Amino acid sequence: MVLDMKTAQANHVFRALADPTRRALFEELSRQGEQTVHALTRYAGVSQPAVSKHLTVLKRAKLVRHRREGRETHYRAQQDALKPMVDWLRHYSEFWSDRFDQLEKLLERMD
Amino acid sequence: MNTVTESTKSVVMERVFPHAPEKVWRALTESPLIAQWLMKNDFEPVVGRKFQLRSEPVPNWDGVIDCEVKVVEPMKQLSYNWGTMGMGTFVEWTLTPADGGTHVRMEQSGFREDQPQNYKGAQYGWQKFLGRLETVLEDGK
Repeated sequence: MVLDMKTAQANHVFRALADPTRRALFEELSRQGEQTVHALTRYAGVSQPAVSKHLTVLKRAKLVRHRREGRETHYRAQQDALKPMVDWLRHYSEFWSDRFDQLEKLLERMD
Repeated sequence: MNTVTESTKSVVMERVFPHAPEKVWRALTESPLIAQWLMKNDFEPVVGRKFQLRSEPVPNWDGVIDCEVKVVEPMKQLSYNWGTMGMGTFVEWTLTPADGGTHVRMEQSGFREDQPQNYKGAQYGWQKFLGRLETVLEDGK
């Protein structure tokens, strides 16, 4: 049905962004462009291992990309990865439209 | 007649069914009937009742939607929370008698936090985040 792969992809992004600290990090990267882990740590106000862990989750969801330069790791936001989430409501419209059709059929079958 | 309204905040669907409100209400609130048009479920029309809607699992999603009944007003209104993967939304059904049938309105409003807000949660709530996101995406084009 409509709650299928596409919704699953959106859920993947949702899950990565379900944590407010990760949302804050992603937003900061969207706003400021590329940032080092150090700068992000200062911004987030949590420990560097915690920030690294959050960045790994964002990376797995393809929401950020990284590159190494010397001892520093630079991160930047990948806004394209948000598309499944932005499409989410569109999928739900299709989903409900389909379910309304099913409901109509059921009502016809009922006494 | 079928009207769909979309925004980043909600999906609204409206249709007039040529059936009495009593019958539509049964279809919306009797578990075996719900299973026939929506999903497998353990719904009961009792405020506070926690139930699940289950569809086929797919990669990255177990197919489970966690719900809780919020409003039950027979033949008039039914609403429940609808949560998947930390993402909470609210589904609200409103029935109104119409000429020769029932006007059914369904509104699913998103995006709400399932968990209580914690660190920076107030500033980075979903609503705000998505509002800003739209701007970011438009700028990116």
